[in-house]
Amino acid sequence: MAVLRAGLLALAALAMAWPLAVAAQQPAAAANACLDCHSAMDAPLQVTAAQFAADIHAQKGLTCASCHGGDPSDAGNAMSPAKGFRGHLDRAKIVALCGSCHGDAAFMRQYDPSLRTDQLAQYRTSVHGKKLAAGDTHVAICTDCHGVHGILPASDTHSTVNPVNVATTCKRCHADAAYMKSYKIPTDQYAGYTSSVHFAAMTERGDLSAPTCTTCHGNHGAAPPGVASVANVCSTCHVFQAQLFDASPHKAAFDAAGFPGCVTCHSNHHIQKPGDSMVSTGAGSVCTNCHSEGDDGFKAAENIHGQISTLQERIADSKAVLQQAAHSGMEVGEAELQLAQADDALTKARVAVHTFTPAKVQEDVTAGTAVAEKTREAGIAALRERDFRRKGLGLSLIAILLVVAGFGLYIREIERK
Amino acid sequence: MSTPARIHHWLDERFGWDDLVAPLRHKTVPRHRLSYWYFLGGMTLFLFGVQLCTGILLLLYYRPSAGEAYESVQYISTKVQFGWLVRSIHSWSANLMVFMAFAHMFSVLFLRAYRKPRELTWVTGLLLLFLAMGFGFSGYLLPWNTLAFFATKVGTEVAGQVPFVGHSITVFLRGGEDVTGATLTRFFGFHVAVLPAIATMILGLHLLLVQRFGISVPPGIEKEWERDPSQRRETRFFPNFLLRELMAWYVALGLLGALAALFPWELGAKADPFAPAPAGIKPEWYFLAQFQTLKLIPAKVLHIDGEVLGVLAFGAAALIWMLLPFLEPKLKSGPRWVLGLGIFALAFLGTMTIYAYLAK
Repeated sequence: MAVLRAGLLALAALAMAWPLAVAAQQPAAAANACLDCHSAMDAPLQVTAAQFAADIHAQKGLTCASCHGGDPSDAGNAMSPAKGFRGHLDRAKIVALCGSCHGDAAFMRQYDPSLRTDQLAQYRTSVHGKKLAAGDTHVAICTDCHGVHGILPASDTHSTVNPVNVATTCKRCHADAAYMKSYKIPTDQYAGYTSSVHFAAMTERGDLSAPTCTTCHGNHGAAPPGVASVANVCSTCHVFQAQLFDASPHKAAFDAAGFPGCVTCHSNHHIQKPGDSMVSTGAGSVCTNCHSEGDDGFKAAENIHGQISTLQERIADSKAVLQQAAHSGMEVGEAELQLAQADDALTKARVAVHTFTPAKVQEDVTAGTAVAEKTREAGIAALRERDFRRKGLGLSLIAILLVVAGFGLYIREIERK
Repeated sequence: MSTPARIHHWLDERFGWDDLVAPLRHKTVPRHRLSYWYFLGGMTLFLFGVQLCTGILLLLYYRPSAGEAYESVQYISTKVQFGWLVRSIHSWSANLMVFMAFAHMFSVLFLRAYRKPRELTWVTGLLLLFLAMGFGFSGYLLPWNTLAFFATKVGTEVAGQVPFVGHSITVFLRGGEDVTGATLTRFFGFHVAVLPAIATMILGLHLLLVQRFGISVPPGIEKEWERDPSQRRETRFFPNFLLRELMAWYVALGLLGALAALFPWELGAKADPFAPAPAGIKPEWYFLAQFQTLKLIPAKVLHIDGEVLGVLAFGAAALIWMLLPFLEPKLKSGPRWVLGLGIFALAFLGTMTIYAYLAK
């Protein structure tokens, strides 16, 4: 009997201990007293379990207490000041709070050794950071761009700071005329950017390396590039154009006049695919904004435009001849391949435009013209060969017809006998 | 004695020339309203000769490696004197030869020329048709252009559907798991050595059998001649029939020249094994019917893989086709069966080929 009683007691103890044992095996997030309440609340206090589970911080093992203090594992003391509960975080303090971890290289190394830890330092140099330090809490802080609960890594395409979403994130404030009114800055940047060649490259071509707001302005250290540094910003991608511009007569002239390099001709947010008419004296010219008929710049623009147009015409002419030969069944693959060199020369000439020196442009134009001329000759030779073949065919068919007729007559002759 | 007479005398003294050519002098060919069908075999032979000559000329410049094949064909087409003509004639003549071989086969079938004692002539002829298709398949890859590369990939994949040995056949044909430079070298070997050696032997046997049994007279005409022997007509093989054959060959030569000059055979873009297959890859026209049929067979038929079933069906059809002269006498209304099968095969091949051309 005593044995039976002891057995029953042991079973009862086991049954009572079972839920505790299971709870101990669950990850910390599952036993989150904060979520128990906040998932049932309305916005802005609502934080759903799904939101929190998707957050990179929760995935790395951080809890609500990491930012808000308190004890999420104990429903009774979750919001206890004794447990360090801080409650709602003041906007002015959020940047420092994020920076307390993200600025600590030793701490961050354990999660992602390659992640930068200079965000806070950079932020302090940004327009946002400087204004925040001056007491303006309307400026962007970490959570405005990255989100609050449910922060995703920037590499996630759903993240608000993923390259494809950056412009939309910045636009939330910078395209809001009412919100930006007190700062007295334009609000058409997003409209300009979405009609630009850079936006097209990003969204239509899917080129994630194409520039978005942060590429030129910086992200944590976001600020408008100064007049002097615009060319440096563009040159991170357009290296050759920048080198040629720096060595050109325009460099000193622009600096003296206070013109912001590249932007003077190409604009900033609304950058369009450059056309050959930009360096000309006709419609679409940017040279005539400063130069007028008779001056050296005007002459140079006219000359450069003429050279590039001539090369373009030569290439088009050569292509047409080769196409005609190819349609006639002639093999002109080699010439077509060579003609690609003329296209390359045209591209180089268009880059050389940034020297604003006709003689420099001429080097590439001359090389391209020579190739176009050579391939055109190959096309003409192919067409000549085609005509020769057709004439040869005509003569051969006459000869064959005569032989066939001769055979026919001979057969009739021998069969008559 | 004139010079030609002296040469004739010299040859006759040493080789018995007159005895050698005597059978030719006495050889005759039946002459009736369907005799023109007889020219199809000779025309196929002529085109085979054209292939041989142009093929040897192409060999002087062609280089069978993945790195040089395309460039060498480009060189032949652009730099070698009349290289364009030789290459174009080789390509056009190959297609005409396969067409003529098919036409010859169907004419022999419908005129019932395969009847005893010519069963082996039929079998050797059919083997030659299969060899012609083998020549086409192996030769198609040699310029190493994109279309040829992917068509060969598809073609060798189909061979892989043969049960049990399919994979081994594919590996044997490709010289590995994939179509590579090794496949090109291998196909070149098949095209210029293996297939010509086999074809020459079988062609020799085929011609020997044609000479031995003479040319068949269609049963209907034979009956007419039996009823009225005065209607029987024959023409001498030499020179009458041969001259007519020569006339046809000359016309074919003119046609080949015209096709080569007006529609030179395209070279296309060089094969890139790493590029994705272009859309709408199709084999040469003489494989289109089989290709389209395989595409139309459901993926699974009674738990058997559709493609496997298709390949087996084609194999069985080819075997039955080859044995037709032996099966016909054993069947009740055999000639009607053969006629029906012939019409069905022609309609099937024609419809499927047109369907494949129109299909996307």
